[in-house]
Amino acid sequence: MFDKILIANRGEIAVRVAATARKLGVKVVAVYSDADAQAAHVAAADEAVHIGGSAPAQSYLRGDAIIEAALATGAQAIHPGYGFLSENPGFVDAVEAAGLVFIGPSASAIRKMGLKDAAKALMEEAGVPVVPGYHGANQDPEHLSGAADAIGYPVLIKAVAGGGGKGMRLVERPKDFADALASAQGEARTAFGNPDVLIEKYIQQPRHIEVQVFGDGTSAVHLFERDCSLQRRHQKVIEEAPAPGMTREMRAAMGHAAVRAAEAIGYKGAGTIEFIVDGSRGLRTDGFWFMEMNTRLQVEHPVTEAITGVDLVEWQLRVASGEGLPKMQDELTITGHAFEARLYAEDVPKGFLPATGTLSHLAFPASCRADSGVRSGDTISPFYDPMIAKVITHGATREVALKQLGQALAGTQVAGTVTNLAFLGALCAHKGFAAGQVDTGLIGRDLGSLVTAPTVAPQITAQAAMVALNLMGKPDWDQGFTLWGASWREVLLERDGEPLDVGVMLRGAGSALINVDGLVVEALYGASGWSFDGAKAADWARSGAVITVFADYGVAFHVVDPLDRAASAGAAGNLIEAPMPGLVKAVFATAGQQVAAGDRLAILEAMKMEHSLLAARDGVVAEVLVAAGSQVEAGAALIRLEDEE
Amino acid sequence: MKLNSSAIPSSETFQANRRGHLEALEVIREAAEAARMGGGEKSRQRHEARGKMLPRRRVRALLDPDSPFLEIGATAAHNMYDNAAPSAGVIAGIGRVHGLECMIVCNDATVKGGTYYPMTVKKHLRAQEIAEQNNLPCIYLVDSGGANLPNQDEVFPDRDHFGRIFFNQANMSAKGIPQIAVVMGSCTAGGAYVPAMSDVTIIVKEQGTIFLAGPPLVKAATGEVVTAEDLGGGDVHTRLSGVADYLAEDDAHAIALARRAVSHLNRAKPLGVQWQSSEEPLYDPEEILGVVPADLRTPYDIREVIARTVDGSRFDEFKPRFGETLVTGFAHIKGCPVGIIANNGVLFSEAAQKGAHFVELCSQRKIPLIFLQNITGFMVGRKYENEGIARHGAKMVTAVATTKVPKITMLVGGSFGAGNYGMAGRAYSPRFLWSWPNSRISVMGGEQAAGVLATVKRDGIERAGGTWSSEEEAEFKRPTIEMFEEQSHPLYAAARLWDDGIVDPRKTRDVLALSLSATLNAPIEDTKFGVFRM
Repeated sequence: MFDKILIANRGEIAVRVAATARKLGVKVVAVYSDADAQAAHVAAADEAVHIGGSAPAQSYLRGDAIIEAALATGAQAIHPGYGFLSENPGFVDAVEAAGLVFIGPSASAIRKMGLKDAAKALMEEAGVPVVPGYHGANQDPEHLSGAADAIGYPVLIKAVAGGGGKGMRLVERPKDFADALASAQGEARTAFGNPDVLIEKYIQQPRHIEVQVFGDGTSAVHLFERDCSLQRRHQKVIEEAPAPGMTREMRAAMGHAAVRAAEAIGYKGAGTIEFIVDGSRGLRTDGFWFMEMNTRLQVEHPVTEAITGVDLVEWQLRVASGEGLPKMQDELTITGHAFEARLYAEDVPKGFLPATGTLSHLAFPASCRADSGVRSGDTISPFYDPMIAKVITHGATREVALKQLGQALAGTQVAGTVTNLAFLGALCAHKGFAAGQVDTGLIGRDLGSLVTAPTVAPQITAQAAMVALNLMGKPDWDQGFTLWGASWREVLLERDGEPLDVGVMLRGAGSALINVDGLVVEALYGASGWSFDGAKAADWARSGAVITVFADYGVAFHVVDPLDRAASAGAAGNLIEAPMPGLVKAVFATAGQQVAAGDRLAILEAMKMEHSLLAARDGVVAEVLVAAGSQVEAGAALIRLEDEE
Repeated sequence: MKLNSSAIPSSETFQANRRGHLEALEVIREAAEAARMGGGEKSRQRHEARGKMLPRRRVRALLDPDSPFLEIGATAAHNMYDNAAPSAGVIAGIGRVHGLECMIVCNDATVKGGTYYPMTVKKHLRAQEIAEQNNLPCIYLVDSGGANLPNQDEVFPDRDHFGRIFFNQANMSAKGIPQIAVVMGSCTAGGAYVPAMSDVTIIVKEQGTIFLAGPPLVKAATGEVVTAEDLGGGDVHTRLSGVADYLAEDDAHAIALARRAVSHLNRAKPLGVQWQSSEEPLYDPEEILGVVPADLRTPYDIREVIARTVDGSRFDEFKPRFGETLVTGFAHIKGCPVGIIANNGVLFSEAAQKGAHFVELCSQRKIPLIFLQNITGFMVGRKYENEGIARHGAKMVTAVATTKVPKITMLVGGSFGAGNYGMAGRAYSPRFLWSWPNSRISVMGGEQAAGVLATVKRDGIERAGGTWSSEEEAEFKRPTIEMFEEQSHPLYAAARLWDDGIVDPRKTRDVLALSLSATLNAPIEDTKFGVFRM
């Protein structure tokens, strides 16, 4: 085993790799960019080396700097994590040339799998099924029709230069082929200037099922499958293992195919063979096809770890340091079911726009495994993937594990940025998903209902109002005391930029009424703290003017400070007046001129001093009322601005 | 030390007492509720339609969110001026702003434009008196048309009339008691001096106006036609005249600016007394309603009330075996040491001497005094006059009048005759004087007064050889009894600000604690007593 390794990555994967290294007694060197100087993965390491600027090209993609750091710190091996340099064969070569060990496959294995078409051909040779299709240069309609017959209907005609569905046609019957081809070619010519098409088998209700493999360079084992069908625009959202509806035969067939694929390229380390699977008529051994191989540890590897009890990073380190495969195929078994949900800083209602922010609060329930590269107080920067964490649950059955996932997500607390937490929660509650009816089109079909923002319960807003007033603590005996009858107090709160109509009436110590848009919520303080309409108060966090109540996946409120309102600049008026008696030395303004606040419009000489007269606001000069050389009295109007709109 | 209650909550007497008190409370609650509504629904809607916050919301917004509000004169002017001035058109009370106890005076413009009735002036002055005695910063939320012209004779000319408000402002400012004004509506004529005499003044844009004479009067006087805003609006006063210091966008902004002004006062409350941690009484204050007879004439042991008022129901009774009709002793209320002087019957010479002694003790030790007043008077009759009860009573009155420790009086029963003086009635300037709904105050009882008048009348008739039947006598006495009954009622008293307000007996402990806390903003001075008639 190594004594010290360098992790050429950041975020949750660097933290996760460091945890296993530490467990094995291996010292860890982290590398970091400017933006990550205080990051969690740096804190998780024994030592850390600064390798450059915040942009990945200036840091985490700089193989030379990383190798230099490894050499300088005496690390024996480099773990690439995922992304960045993990599938870069040139980097692998450079690492090895520097006399270091790359924890992962050989450069040649990466190269073989890096070119998608070549990889498919290679797999076909190895007897691994690939999606049938015609990618040839012969665009003769007769020839293409023949190819379609050979592939078997239904087929998809796709523009070679295509994208976004343009020049794409689904053909279900041979007699429709000619017309569909003509129209696809026409569209492709118009859209891309290139009418060439390819023909592929159309896979109905496609599912994304991948098999985790592990090789020692010669032989390989598989650690069963993961189902990653819940995707949005090819981004995995929730993954699980094993795959719903998986049969023993299907698993054996896919497992064998995956092992064959890995062995065909002499694969060493952890890898994943991705298959596309026809989910339209149950899982059948003739209904899966090789898509590609990921020659690295996958983001979703924890679900495999959960059901097999294997620490895949430990295996990576052991195999890379020269040990054989820790377990043989027949020693590997599946226990229970696991899910992983990817928690992102993103604005779901705004089309899943990546978000940034400082996480003023971040907490996960103890019941789940949460792999995260950020902590409370850390920042989601615009430089890197905005993933906050992976929330992983493991239960005896799929139903149990899914319930656990739902609860774990409901108990996850993030403040300081928008997240996809509610979206993940809605997915957990999706009936089709719960029934195991997954395919890659599920999210797209039901997106509307999955991203609908639920109306915020008045109790949540009521609690935010109490937080805004600093009233969530144990009440003093005199809290809100009055002799007779209490009064309402407005609280200026906003949610999603919209002002809320909220009033709080303290009826005495530990008793309040909160008016939320005309609905009245009762807050009472008891043995377990405040309750709202009888329900225990949710956890909450406040950071400056932002309050987050951790109910319904976290609702953020903004407290408006009346003092933040702009002081009445408009009251400065339209006139620029002489502040004291004096001589107008110069006038710079001319009628009709556009001026900005602070522009010098005239100079007044008085008391032996020259006073600049400045525009108090942006505007247009309406008229100049004095000429240079005039003697004026205090308060005399010198320049008038146009009325503000 | 620990008081033992002999009350039996399940007893019929207890329950009957409770019912009686709850009835009396309901009358007060209704009056207070009506007063809180100010000038009525229409007027409130008009006020809000102008973009202004209702006055009680202004007060709430000014206070710290968790702050208590110890309101004074909540039912002032009740049943006066044909009920045209609920709460006397002004809200006053003590609350915390940035942790500092402040006196808030807030005009209610929904009540006749916030104009000053005689009781409005009296309430404003009383609020200032409390502020001055207890060293409390004053915040005036001004929205008033000035003197109520139909009542000008009772508002303008005398010493304790309108002008006294500004006299007080100047003198408080001189003593270092901050004066802050927020102009949220009109400040006309004399009213203009509230902001002008303040240390710091905030004015709301296009709402607040300050001028000695409004546009109509200006036109009448000089013919000049000018808008209110150009004459004395926020822009004018913060930019040209300097009458106000800060221009606020609206009410909420103005209140936030006032809070910020308080945050820069650089004041700290003196420690004052040896505080200890607060402890709840062993007996529930709720039971006060059952242990105190609903009928004023039924005697009861005042220790039952003390047991439900003081920390841990612990009471170090002083001279328990001497002058037993006056109960004196040391206790704590919410951690604050207090000396309690409470009536347990008519005052005899011994009781008066004991009272004077106890006031001396508390003055020496600088312990605030709490008077639980339920007194029919000093004992009368030859024996007592001959032994010099007036001399002994005078000792107690002298001690109570001249002590410098804070005095807080709670009328828990009758307040009749000279007993009122010895027990720190209004004339003895207690820092606060509160009344229970069942209390009654008058020079003597209605029956006694009618009796005195009837005796004089009967003597006259009989001297003239006439006869007077007992029916005729009863008919003669009835109006006097009724007048006394009406005028001794706490709502009648509170309407005229003979007290600072009516208190739910169950809140006695809280009200005393808040009153004590307010008084301790002023350092307790050394006492120099007058000559005691020995």
